[in-house]
Amino acid sequence: MRAYNIILYSILLVLTGTLLGSCRDDNEIFVADEISVDIPQYTSIHGFYLLNEGNMGSNKATLDYYDYTTGIYTRNIYGQANPSVPKEMGDVGNDIAIYGSRLWAVINCSNKVEVMDAATARRIGQVDIANCRYIRFHKGYAYVTSYAGPVVIRPDYEQRGFVAKIDTATLQIVDTCLVGFQPDELEIADGKIYVANSGGYMVPNYENTVSVIDLRSFREVRRIPVAINLHHLRADRHGQLWVSSRGDYYGEPSRLYCINIGREQACADYGISNRALWLDSVDVAVSDFHIDGDSLYLYSGEWSYQLMDWTVTYGIVNTPTRQLLTRNFITDGTDRKITMPYGIKVNPITKDIYVTDAKNYVNPGTLWCFGPDGVAKWSVRTGDIPAHIVFY
Amino acid sequence: MRNYSPKALIVSLLLVCTALEADGLAQAKALQPDSLKGELGEVRVVASRRSSENIVPHQRLSGRRLEGLSAHSVADAVRYFSGIQIKDYGGVGGLKTVDMRSMGSHHMGVFYDGIQLGNAQNGQIDLGRFSMDNIEEISLYNGQKSSIFQSAKDYGASGTIYLRSRRPRFAHGQRRNVQATYRTGSFGLQNPSLLWEEKITDKVSAQMSTEYTYATGKYRFRYRKVFSDGTVAWDTTATRQNGDLHALRLEGGLYGLTEHGRWQGKVYYYRSERGIPGAIVNNVWKHSQRQWDKSLFAQGSVEHRFGENYELMVNAKVAYDKMRYLNPDTTLMYIDNTFRQKEAYLSVANHYNINKVWDAALSADWQWNSLDADMVNFVYPRRNTVMIAAASTATWHRLKLLGSLLATFVRDSRKLGVQSDESKAKSHTSKLTPALFLNVYPLSDKAFCLRAFYKRIFRMPTFNDLYYTDFGNINLKPEYTTQYDLGAVYQKTFRRGMLRQLEANADAYYNRVSNKIVAVPKGSGQYRWMTMNLGLVKILGTELSAQAQVEPVSDLLMALHLSYTWQLARDYSDPTDRDSYGGTYKGQIAYIPRHSGSATANIDYRSWGLNYSFIYVGERYHNSANIRANHEEPWYTHDLGLTKQFRFRGWGLSLALECNNLFDQQYDVVLNYPMPGRNWKITAKIKI
Repeated sequence: MRAYNIILYSILLVLTGTLLGSCRDDNEIFVADEISVDIPQYTSIHGFYLLNEGNMGSNKATLDYYDYTTGIYTRNIYGQANPSVPKEMGDVGNDIAIYGSRLWAVINCSNKVEVMDAATARRIGQVDIANCRYIRFHKGYAYVTSYAGPVVIRPDYEQRGFVAKIDTATLQIVDTCLVGFQPDELEIADGKIYVANSGGYMVPNYENTVSVIDLRSFREVRRIPVAINLHHLRADRHGQLWVSSRGDYYGEPSRLYCINIGREQACADYGISNRALWLDSVDVAVSDFHIDGDSLYLYSGEWSYQLMDWTVTYGIVNTPTRQLLTRNFITDGTDRKITMPYGIKVNPITKDIYVTDAKNYVNPGTLWCFGPDGVAKWSVRTGDIPAHIVFY
Repeated sequence: MRNYSPKALIVSLLLVCTALEADGLAQAKALQPDSLKGELGEVRVVASRRSSENIVPHQRLSGRRLEGLSAHSVADAVRYFSGIQIKDYGGVGGLKTVDMRSMGSHHMGVFYDGIQLGNAQNGQIDLGRFSMDNIEEISLYNGQKSSIFQSAKDYGASGTIYLRSRRPRFAHGQRRNVQATYRTGSFGLQNPSLLWEEKITDKVSAQMSTEYTYATGKYRFRYRKVFSDGTVAWDTTATRQNGDLHALRLEGGLYGLTEHGRWQGKVYYYRSERGIPGAIVNNVWKHSQRQWDKSLFAQGSVEHRFGENYELMVNAKVAYDKMRYLNPDTTLMYIDNTFRQKEAYLSVANHYNINKVWDAALSADWQWNSLDADMVNFVYPRRNTVMIAAASTATWHRLKLLGSLLATFVRDSRKLGVQSDESKAKSHTSKLTPALFLNVYPLSDKAFCLRAFYKRIFRMPTFNDLYYTDFGNINLKPEYTTQYDLGAVYQKTFRRGMLRQLEANADAYYNRVSNKIVAVPKGSGQYRWMTMNLGLVKILGTELSAQAQVEPVSDLLMALHLSYTWQLARDYSDPTDRDSYGGTYKGQIAYIPRHSGSATANIDYRSWGLNYSFIYVGERYHNSANIRANHEEPWYTHDLGLTKQFRFRGWGLSLALECNNLFDQQYDVVLNYPMPGRNWKITAKIKI
């Protein structure tokens, strides 16, 4: 009997040992962790917030903060700043912006815009908007795009998107304006709201227009045809609107377009249909871009079935000349360490360039800081899918 | 939550009784309840066991222990095997898939009555769909089944689970068995089932089994977090929504014996509608996606022995599956897709005894699969698979060897895009994979045995991996697993004394999964993914299990079973990703605990039975970055059940009351998919 007694007792021992040694603890709130990444720097910009999207369904949208005055990067600050919020910040952070003293984060799959105090990241309230995408502000109102407009019940089932107008004081939606299918980024310029319509749910019938909304009446007045599946949209200081097209992932590649707002308006007024008069494009694929002064910084990661690999570009376009100055602004070879670029921002004072790496989307990403010369200064691990940066 | 009442139970029981009486079965003879001491009248067929069962590490659940588990589905039962991890999305209708020794669920072959269940579309078999109602035995083999008289597909997976449905068997002088069961309890469960067995001739019997399952799928769940000092930061309770299930299973079979063999044929039909409860995230507590499934298959098997040394087995199957997925949520992308799969399968297996110590087998299988869908840019894939397996066993004193070689030929075809309906693209794969098993009795006492095995096998990329619109990658290569195992078994039965039976198993293993197919993002945005052969995982593990049967006093029988698994399953995919925070290189892969284990105890005293089962799953991470933000606490549940058998006027009635998750633990197996807390089930079973 001795042999099996030993076997039995040893197994019992291992089992009890495991149980005692690794019992279940209560889940503690996330405590932010701090990493010193650089020497302090003193400008009028105190720091920046980075919104990590978090993979869909993971509820891991998180907020990081970098403090220029200390050189310390703080990860995952929302849980600690708001310990009483159930299920934290939410699922898939899609945009972030600061207006006045408040920090606004668009949380796509949690169907809400989270409003926080910009100094502390403490929650002030939320605005419920289903499938919300991007945010901009103008004179006391926030404008948010959403895919979730009214439904047209037809066999092919169609649903237009809208722009919601939110009173930033009361956090109430005061009006909505229907636009195209699945609207993405928006921009406010010259008394108008421009909205990039994607039609991403309508494959293969993508949208190909920018909606123009008159700010005063808050109604869509016109559509500007540009290219299929539009995504990002930003104005420069020369009266131009830069729009990115995702392409269709098959034959139609992604591309950067530039609309001359004044000329487009004039052509529309006089009924001139020649698009070449107001529309230009740069032969480069674009995933996202950022405009600083006369420089448009962009990156793209496009899959090529021919090469069976990604083609990654880190480009700079000169906005007045619309010329691509470089296809790789990273000059020290660091681009080889970046798996999947996912966000870009440039510090308007120091001209440092920030590029995020989302890696494989399920693991924590990395934030890279490059000097204006394209040489990496530092990098730090972030949350999952680091994507959107706003300076504070 | 518990919307049954004693009155409703009695009424439903009465209904079942009257229904049976109306069928004129009241005069049925004395019933033989499945007793502890073996089953009467079981039809034992075909030659003796051809090779030692011990040669391949395997585990089995059957008889009393299986009955004692409060398992609703096969998935609930296989959790008790060592080395097994279940991915459970929660609730009666939630998806439940099995992963053996951390190689991934795609590497598991699941066989139902001897023939593999297929899903060419995504390679996943949802074990939550196979009810325990008609399952008699579940066995699990690492590597492959130890028999060599088997189809080529039996060699084709890294590990296999065999589900054996109940076969008709009759007590002496009986010609008919009828068994009606009604289960009800938490989640609004209403689950009637009926089993009917008829002895047509001495050699042919028939069986019909049917079951309906309805559940609202509603249960309370709770999420909470605390401060470091233990005070509550937030605490929220809600009800799981959209987890309802309506399912019908209908199964019929004919079983026959011939002078030199046996045959069987069966038809299986399953139809269900279910809600997909979805992930619980901030501000979203309810989803509305739905899924409809229809599954029909017919399969048959014939075994015949020619002379003393040669035997032949033919298996055949045809299957049709239809799945409709609907996302009616107006705020999201509207999706209403229907997928149809067809399968045809034929297998011939030959076995020849060369001499007393040496035998050989050769089998050849052919399989055809198709997938159709009403999606944009769908390519309508078709797949032809031919598998040929040669195997041999040899016994030499106390040493036994089993070697097999499997050749697989896969030929896919698809339409090239919408524009060119006619043009077809083809691709071929052919692979040769070996396996070698060895066992030895080092002592004169045959109670102790040592074993070892090596196996290399692959899984083909599924149709979704290869061809799913926008996601598939036609250049995918097969995903390989290589397994090395070393183990020991001690097994003994005793005639006298308190201890009746004792068995202990210990195995140590090393597995390598290469060319692992993983989904990676494609371009900008989170909504475009594609598959690639990027992963490399190395797994080091140990499994220990022991079971004992004790009879301390007469009529009091106790069976105990313990199992424990330790696994180091590490991600070697990206050697550059070595950051101390968030690096994935050598991180434990997603959802694989280091430690896990289970314990079950079944105690019987005359007509009373008490069952206890315990499962422990240690801490896990949501992905290979083993940081706090990805950490998931261990979970463990205690289930308790009480059964009582009654007999009156030749009828047998058994009642069971189960309480699962006794201590109401709130846990997630998969992040943001809350599992049910304490829940109840009452089962009444009448046998005639």
